[in-house]
Amino acid sequence: MNKDEYKKLVDRLTPKDNKSKNAIIAFLVGGLVGVFAELIVVVIMECFGIARVEAYQWTCLLVIFFACLLTAIGFFDNWVTKAKAGLILPTTGFAHSVMSSALDYKKDGFITGIGANFFKLAGSVILYGIVSAFFFAILGVIIYG
Amino acid sequence: MASLKFNTVYIKDAFTIAGPLESEGQIRKFDLCMDDYYYGEKTFIDTEIKMQRVVIDNLLYKNKLGKKIDVLIGGDLSNQLTITNFAAKNFDIPFLGVYSACASFAESMLIASQFIENNSIKYAICITSSHNLNAERQFRFPIEYGAPRARTTTFTATGSVGAILTSDKGSVRVESATIGRVQDYNQKDASHMGAVMTPAAASVLMEHLSDLKRNVDYYDLILTGDLGEIGSNILKEFLKVNYGLKLKNHMDAGCEIFLKSQEVYAGSSGPVTLPLVLFNKVLKNKKFKKILIIATGSLHSKDTTNQSKTIPSIAHAISLEVLS
Repeated sequence: MNKDEYKKLVDRLTPKDNKSKNAIIAFLVGGLVGVFAELIVVVIMECFGIARVEAYQWTCLLVIFFACLLTAIGFFDNWVTKAKAGLILPTTGFAHSVMSSALDYKKDGFITGIGANFFKLAGSVILYGIVSAFFFAILGVIIYG
Repeated sequence: MASLKFNTVYIKDAFTIAGPLESEGQIRKFDLCMDDYYYGEKTFIDTEIKMQRVVIDNLLYKNKLGKKIDVLIGGDLSNQLTITNFAAKNFDIPFLGVYSACASFAESMLIASQFIENNSIKYAICITSSHNLNAERQFRFPIEYGAPRARTTTFTATGSVGAILTSDKGSVRVESATIGRVQDYNQKDASHMGAVMTPAAASVLMEHLSDLKRNVDYYDLILTGDLGEIGSNILKEFLKVNYGLKLKNHMDAGCEIFLKSQEVYAGSSGPVTLPLVLFNKVLKNKKFKKILIIATGSLHSKDTTNQSKTIPSIAHAISLEVLS
């Protein structure tokens, strides 16, 4: 049996993940996180009497805090496994990735451990986020003047 | 010829430690079960070193061997074999570190058996261990990071196993062994190790049978290492299509440790998987007299998978005979 035939055999015997089911779960969970955040926005606006824009900033911070806290006490990773991408895509995923790296490398020292590995998973998001923001900004200037 | 025959090699004793999840799985009886993943230590590296130390200490104490051990051979999954090297520093025993990923235990048994057969030594200890969280961190993601897993992923078992091999007559004889050849069938998916390791398992099985001129029915049981549920199906199909061999009497250690309800995807993996099942299930079941163990290892690192290199694999086969 050559390597291509083996690949076909492996593909035939490997059960496929149900992608549409995963996508629906992710869609619903991601949406629920949004609803939860919107609730916080409303509560903050009502209780502290601040503008919606400012309430958004506070909400963002709170959601990040909850994601970090839940990662630290060990729930978040199990939820992500069940909820698929729904919990990774919002800002919670970013918080979760840096928090889990920080927890993992805290014994390796502040510089060589936490410092060097904090953005191990999230580094790509920052780098390519900034690079694409740069190009989209140029595009924006060209189109809208 | 890659096969070796042994006449005077016996397994005298074995000691096994299993992690918390393993202890709640299919086999509940291990010599020692850990209540948590820390085992009283601060880091998981320290935990795994302690596991190996406890295993060797218990073997020495139970068998009253003191300073009689001639060589300690073993390996684990960590980079530079850190765990085994650090565990070995606690003992005044000549030490050889070996690495064949999840086939390390079989490799250490093979080397020890040849030393004993040559009358070079009398007693050898083979040791291995793996810790799920050390493996996760080294091969996959940070421990607390919850990445969705594919169904083909295997779950590294936590545990440590040690065995004493000797020339003193005992109830389990190491009868022969075959050294495997590294196989590479262009598989690149590190989360589908069953598919990666199947060609190595098949190759060593066929070489063993042809070297020793045996039929596959000669064995009461063929115990593969950690192919997992999907990998076992691939192995059976691969043998049928490629060699026209129908594999009966097959058991995969990866499918024997955890329960389906424990959500471990395709089964258990890691170098301890096979010895945990061998010593706690197979050898305790008197039904199996002639057993062929095929330990399989996937020889990749995080760097090679990130660079999209193909994953080579290795497997070693050891034939055991239960005498009494």
